[in-house]
Amino acid sequence: MTAPSQETGRGEVVLSARNVGKSYGQIQALKGVNFDIRRGQVTTLFGENGAGKSTLMKILSGVISPSSGEIVLDGQTLRFASAKEATARGISIIHQELSLAPNMSVRDNVFMGREITRGGAVDYAEEARQTRALMEELEEDIDPATPVEDLRLGQQQIVEIARALSVNSRILIMDEPTSALSASEVEVLFKVIRDLTARGVAIVYISHHLEEALTITDHAVVLRDGAMTASAPREEIDLDWIVRNMVGENFDLGSPPTGYEMGDAALSLRGLSVPSANGTRLAVEDLSLDLRAGEIVCIYGLMGAGRTELLECVAGRTAPQSGAIVFEGEDMRRLSIAERIARGLVLVPEDRQRDGLVQTMSVGQNLSLASIGAFTRGLFTSRRTERGLVDASIRDVTIKTDGGGAAIGSLSGGNQQKVVIGKMLATHPRVVLLDEPSRGIDIGAKAEVFRLLAERAKAGIGVIYSTSEVGECLSIAHRIVVMRRGRIAAEFGADVTKEEIMAASGEQVAA
Amino acid sequence: MSDQSTAPARKGLFSGGFDLGRLLLEGRAFFALIAIILFFSYQSPYYFTTGNLLIMSSHVAIFGLLALGMLLVILTGGIDLSVGSTLGLAGVVAGALMQGVEIQAMGLTLYPSVWVVVVLTLGLGALVGLVNGVLIAIFKVPAFVATLGLLYVARGIALLMTNGLTYNNLGGREELGNTGFAWLGFNRLWGVPIGVLVLAAVAILCSLVLTRTAFGRWVYSTGGNARAAELSGVPVKLTTIAVYMASGVCAAIAGLVLSSQLTSAGPTAGTTYELTAIAAVVIGGAALTGGRGNVRGTMLGAFVIGFLSDGLVIIGVSSYWQTVFTGAVIVLAVLLNSIQYGGRGSRAPRKASPPKAA
Ligand SMILES: Nc1ncnc2c1ncn2[C@@H]1O[C@H](COP(=O)(O)OP(=O)(O)OP(=O)(O)O)[C@@H](O)[C@H]1O
Ligand SMILES: [Mg+2]
Repeated sequence: MTAPSQETGRGEVVLSARNVGKSYGQIQALKGVNFDIRRGQVTTLFGENGAGKSTLMKILSGVISPSSGEIVLDGQTLRFASAKEATARGISIIHQELSLAPNMSVRDNVFMGREITRGGAVDYAEEARQTRALMEELEEDIDPATPVEDLRLGQQQIVEIARALSVNSRILIMDEPTSALSASEVEVLFKVIRDLTARGVAIVYISHHLEEALTITDHAVVLRDGAMTASAPREEIDLDWIVRNMVGENFDLGSPPTGYEMGDAALSLRGLSVPSANGTRLAVEDLSLDLRAGEIVCIYGLMGAGRTELLECVAGRTAPQSGAIVFEGEDMRRLSIAERIARGLVLVPEDRQRDGLVQTMSVGQNLSLASIGAFTRGLFTSRRTERGLVDASIRDVTIKTDGGGAAIGSLSGGNQQKVVIGKMLATHPRVVLLDEPSRGIDIGAKAEVFRLLAERAKAGIGVIYSTSEVGECLSIAHRIVVMRRGRIAAEFGADVTKEEIMAASGEQVAA
Repeated sequence: MSDQSTAPARKGLFSGGFDLGRLLLEGRAFFALIAIILFFSYQSPYYFTTGNLLIMSSHVAIFGLLALGMLLVILTGGIDLSVGSTLGLAGVVAGALMQGVEIQAMGLTLYPSVWVVVVLTLGLGALVGLVNGVLIAIFKVPAFVATLGLLYVARGIALLMTNGLTYNNLGGREELGNTGFAWLGFNRLWGVPIGVLVLAAVAILCSLVLTRTAFGRWVYSTGGNARAAELSGVPVKLTTIAVYMASGVCAAIAGLVLSSQLTSAGPTAGTTYELTAIAAVVIGGAALTGGRGNVRGTMLGAFVIGFLSDGLVIIGVSSYWQTVFTGAVIVLAVLLNSIQYGGRGSRAPRKASPPKAA
């Protein structure tokens, strides 16, 4: 398969991969891929979890070196010695997994390694000014002096984007930059991207939000199992084309499960108020919500609407300021996280790196971490029972891995996310709270997770599903709750339209 | 396509070389131990005799016991600097109990039998660990600082109790029914010193706990990512307190064995032993950031340090040079550690931040 040489008219090829292969031991992540990046164009890269997208981008930005093949920059074959060299040549990358220093401020993170100095000392004022300008461009209200660890995941993603923009590179690679952003924030980013392409910057964009990605695409490329399967300009493609080439068949995310009786209230929140991380205001204010057994409720809201704070409080990570959390008739406020899990109330956290995974443990040990009790016989753990549990989880959430013994770091981003979901589902919960669980998982896996949730709901578990993708609400939820500034702004049944949901969240609906 | 056909051959070759390097790296403590034994056996005919190996092993027993407790602590991402002092305090308390406990109110002196002394001393070790654990887990004092404090406090109490002097008569008296203390340090079972058997027993216990129990998982996950562990229902605070208590108990056992071996209990016993214990754990391949390490490696680390320093004594190298060599071995070990974990560390830089201690 050679690179297609269609005349798109705009922009010559600035950076390309020629026959690039990459293997990790027995695994061949890339098998002779040809890939072109054009000036002034957005090239989007689609593919399933583990298809090799991130690997290819890391090779093009000098983070890792290819096992075979070559990289051509401005018609010149070369080998990057390091990511720093690639940066010096005008290539920058936003990694799928954030790479910020949590203890440092937004300003320090944006200029990390490229500090602006004057007379030997760092010119903090100038750095802060430029950071503020970048935030203005991204239409975000983030103070340059805030420590990154105090920011929500979506805001951290904005900081990561700002850092990449501050370099003024001519080639910008974005590996799932918007996985924690909601539609209006993405709209702003797209405006910035259009400005950049108008100035001749070449962009690579990776996302599992296919519809969204289509709106910014000039040229689409699909990877499958480490090989390029298709490539075409925007005019010739549509959603169907992408999905067909990605997974070989067409996926329908389906509709909410029906045809069964829902039970009584499984979880009731009464007048719940939760302080924000820094304690200065209320992130959730006087919120009441009932969830019935067998019901799937989606919580939609913009970044900062208080969804994460709400779910973390219900799961026991933080204490509420006031209000009640009643789960199956029992007051939960005094119980620890472990006790809530034991009773069947579990949370799939939003930030998989920080809250979801233990990087030093294997895939299997991560999957079984929340259900150790289930395979402990007397004093000792039973390896056989554990293996059974792990294998079942790997199958259930379709994790692409060598097996339970593989290192977490060897999994692609989406597959790591599936581990976090699988771990909590393996505890056999009665009510499961999922905070943006689809972050980075491909459409096939999403359908699989939806099918699993629908199945469990029919068996009587309650599901609260927090998302910033409207489409997801419509294909899974019996009821949609829109949050805005810590309160419930609106509640809809399954027959609502996207526009109504977005309007209620305070989002400008794009024409 | 031509690229595809050559790929498997190259991969095979590559992975072969890779595996050898990996084997050397992961088995480094083992190979270092073999090298040490070969080198000193060549230098001195006495070194590789059963008698000498057993004597050296009973020296190793002291460091080994401390290192096992330290391993548990380091696996959770902490550090325990107080073990050397706890060892000293445990010896002194055992010595004091052997001298008899005067009860002023009744005007009589109690002579507890040896097993009571042992139980009380182990309890003391657990108590020191409990203080450490509560300071660290509940009051969020950084482990380094909390255990540094206990290092001074425990040592100070040992000095206060004895006024700086040493208990020499630990034998007990037949008519008081408190003999048998020397058994720990001097007796042999099947020709093996009791101290070494105690080490073996504790090592097997630790290994079972770490690999086969829920608590072991809690330890590894707490050190790997405490936030994620907590959200998965792991009792992170309880685990933290428990490992410091285990470390304190290990130090108390070591204190009993040492004072029994020396037939005396001095308040300065075990000074700087905490550093040797940390060195053994690190040489054994554990990561100071937590989450990685095992009992096998730690035992090898303890034997590497013990056999090296005894070997240097046997071939008559000056004690100043011994210090230099030991230091060099530690640095080399940590260097290899960063090679082993360096590649993976850079993949996920964010997790490098330790759980917030303040
Ligand atoms: N360090 C590594 N060691 C072993 N295997 C690896 C390593 N990094 C990646 N892989 C493997 O390479 C393949 C491609 O991974 P990659 O991260 O490029 O996928 P991706 O297309 O970015 O997926 P996602 O959509 O989930 O982010 C996967 O099968 C993955 O398991
Ligand atoms: Mg990826």
